[in-house]
Amino acid sequence: MNFDFTALPTTLDAGHLGLAVLAMLFLVMYLSKGSSAQQAPAPQVKPEPVPEPKPEPKPEPKPVPKLKEATPDAALQLLSLLQQEARFVDFVREDLAGFSDADIGAAARVVHEGSRKALDEYFRFEPVRSEDEESRVTLQEGFDAHEVRLTGNVVGKAPFTGTLVHRGWKVTEVKLPKLAEGHNTRVIAPAEVEL
Amino acid sequence: MSDEQNSARYAVGIDLGTTHCVLSYVDLEAGDDAVLEVMPVPQLTAPGSVEEKWQLPSFVYQPHESELSDGDLGLPWEQAPAVVGTLARELGSKTPIRLVASAKSWLCHGGVDRHSAFLPLNSPEEVPKLSPLDATGQYLEHLRRAWDYWHPDAPLLDQDVTITVPASFDPAARELTADVARDIGFRHLTLLEEPQAAVYSWIEASQDAWRDEVGVGDIILVVDIGGGTSDFSLVAVTEDDGNLQLNRVAVGDHILLGGDNMDLALAYRLKAKLAQQGTNLQPWQVMGIVHACRDAKEKLLADPEVESVPIVVPSRGSKLLGGTLRTELTRDEVREALVEGFFPQVGIDEHPAVQARGALTQMGLPYAQDAAISRHLAAFLSRQHGAADELLGESGGDFIKPTRVLFNGGVLKAPALSERTLGIINGWLDAAGAPEATLLSGLDLDLAVARGSAYYGAVRQGQGVRIRGGIASAYYVGIESAMPAIPGMEPPVEALCVAPFGMEEGSETQVPGREFGLVVGEPVRFRFFGSTIRREDEAGTLLDFWEPDEIEELPEIQATLPVEGRTPGEVVPVRLASRVTEVGTLRLEAIPRDGAQRWQVELDVREQ
Repeated sequence: MNFDFTALPTTLDAGHLGLAVLAMLFLVMYLSKGSSAQQAPAPQVKPEPVPEPKPEPKPEPKPVPKLKEATPDAALQLLSLLQQEARFVDFVREDLAGFSDADIGAAARVVHEGSRKALDEYFRFEPVRSEDEESRVTLQEGFDAHEVRLTGNVVGKAPFTGTLVHRGWKVTEVKLPKLAEGHNTRVIAPAEVEL
Repeated sequence: MSDEQNSARYAVGIDLGTTHCVLSYVDLEAGDDAVLEVMPVPQLTAPGSVEEKWQLPSFVYQPHESELSDGDLGLPWEQAPAVVGTLARELGSKTPIRLVASAKSWLCHGGVDRHSAFLPLNSPEEVPKLSPLDATGQYLEHLRRAWDYWHPDAPLLDQDVTITVPASFDPAARELTADVARDIGFRHLTLLEEPQAAVYSWIEASQDAWRDEVGVGDIILVVDIGGGTSDFSLVAVTEDDGNLQLNRVAVGDHILLGGDNMDLALAYRLKAKLAQQGTNLQPWQVMGIVHACRDAKEKLLADPEVESVPIVVPSRGSKLLGGTLRTELTRDEVREALVEGFFPQVGIDEHPAVQARGALTQMGLPYAQDAAISRHLAAFLSRQHGAADELLGESGGDFIKPTRVLFNGGVLKAPALSERTLGIINGWLDAAGAPEATLLSGLDLDLAVARGSAYYGAVRQGQGVRIRGGIASAYYVGIESAMPAIPGMEPPVEALCVAPFGMEEGSETQVPGREFGLVVGEPVRFRFFGSTIRREDEAGTLLDFWEPDEIEELPEIQATLPVEGRTPGEVVPVRLASRVTEVGTLRLEAIPRDGAQRWQVELDVREQ
């Protein structure tokens, strides 16, 4: 495959766009692991009676970190939304070779506008750090390692001072549509037949 | 106020719009802490997918049995027979033969039998049909279900509900709207004019500061341009016992012209442009362009820095590359098509070329012939030149001079359009040597009507300013004058005033001086007229001459005396009486000379 590195703007736009959206997708899959229960279409006003937690007599010797399996429903739902609004799957599945930058640019607009609309609709974002990127920041002891990742010369003890490379993103609100029971989420875009 | 009414916990306002419905409410028991809230409406946005949105698009879609699987229409409540809301609009954009839209415009279209099921218009026979009433009922029913889902302990039917209608709705359309609500089971219902609701919303949003923004002698012009209709009203500010008083003194004609027309205008412009370049668009691409133009228009009108916005219509198939159509919409095109097309700089004496309601029998909605909203506005201000004379004293001049302007409706969110409109109004005022009008601000133009109507519901229960007004038209029954028939000439008609201008809710008027002979058991039809400018006519006034634009003919009305206790064919002399109900609808009644009984005159005549 040939990449024309002299034509940076459009191709990079398209490429980065795909990457960014993909990254966002993984982030949301990660975030929605725990939230799938909230997304169930049961009325919120009358929550189902929660079964009493069974008493667990034997004390566990050591808390073994458990790996949760992400439910595919939320991920498939997001894929479906991105496909509907932004033609995301169509775009990523297509072979870009042989198309002009103008063609790719036109398609990238569809993907960009649609993705933005979808993300704005279903998520609230805010940066993890409010400082400017490339500025020096100091992390006090007890900082949240989920929120800030240390890289480079990671030695010694907090407080750590370093350069903010990326501000990070966190999702403060997820508002995915509720799914009807029995809805087949694996069909992210139905085939369309015009009569 | 009855005890029953006091049981309402919430004052609920419903904006039953041509393109969107919104529900807003206030908790009446919260006292001073009461906050006005807008209810999120759960609705299908894709098959099997339910989202909560502030607005419920006013569309009904009746899917084919093999179109969607059963589970895909699940709502948080019992499944409805048809799809309402966002999904209905989406599905309908590809299968218009199953989509019912603009039910509200049909509801006030006197040329059709509004009870008969004929929508979607001209669709194949096997598609089930709905009447405009049925469709309106489905929107209300959806809102009711949504409300009961959020408030299982306080069903909507028991709440104090205010439904808004265009100020220009004729008495039959109001009555039909109230009928739909009654059929669903609303017990405490009031109708409120949309521009008045906007004014209430402005009062609510300004807290108590509204009194600083207007004073005695001010005339507020409310310009409401929604998705499908434009509506104008005038409110005069007077003083009563040291308190400011608001009086709705005039309303405009029903103009089927709004934001949707603007999106179409842009799309067809682009279609022509592409055709010139050799690209002919398929119908689905035009739909795509309409969609894209809506967003692009908002960007271009909001930001003066943006010179053009790309319009991209993706291919229908899974191949996005190559098949995607790209063009652009420029600032100049938007300016030409929208600003100059819909808001041309015109003089106050330039009025729409064709008056809308001509042929009452035409099938299809009576869309405004002239797209220039500024000309419609000029006509309105000129017609109503004397609207505030009674309250504020003679002003003279050819048109009424507003001192304040209040905008409502999604279209006027665009600064380029609202500034233009204000500029045109001020141009007229300048030319007449009157001071410029200032803008009253603070409205959420999409939600104001619903918010204002909920606020009105709360105000009715207790303290707060109320807009006075009564009915904004005088109504007349046509009487053929007794003169020898002349071939080829319609017998001249005289108009008997049966309900004077400004009749207040809950009041009643007997029409003196004239008896009608009604045939028992047979429907008798009357021609019916309305005038939004004849303010002095009292009940019983008989007109034998009027200017053509002074009085407008409305759909016929009909009285039927039931046979019980009488001989069929007998002629019973009756007098007419009119009443404005608490709900806000006009009621005409026939009272026999001998009689204790009263018969209602039907404002909406069904086809035989």
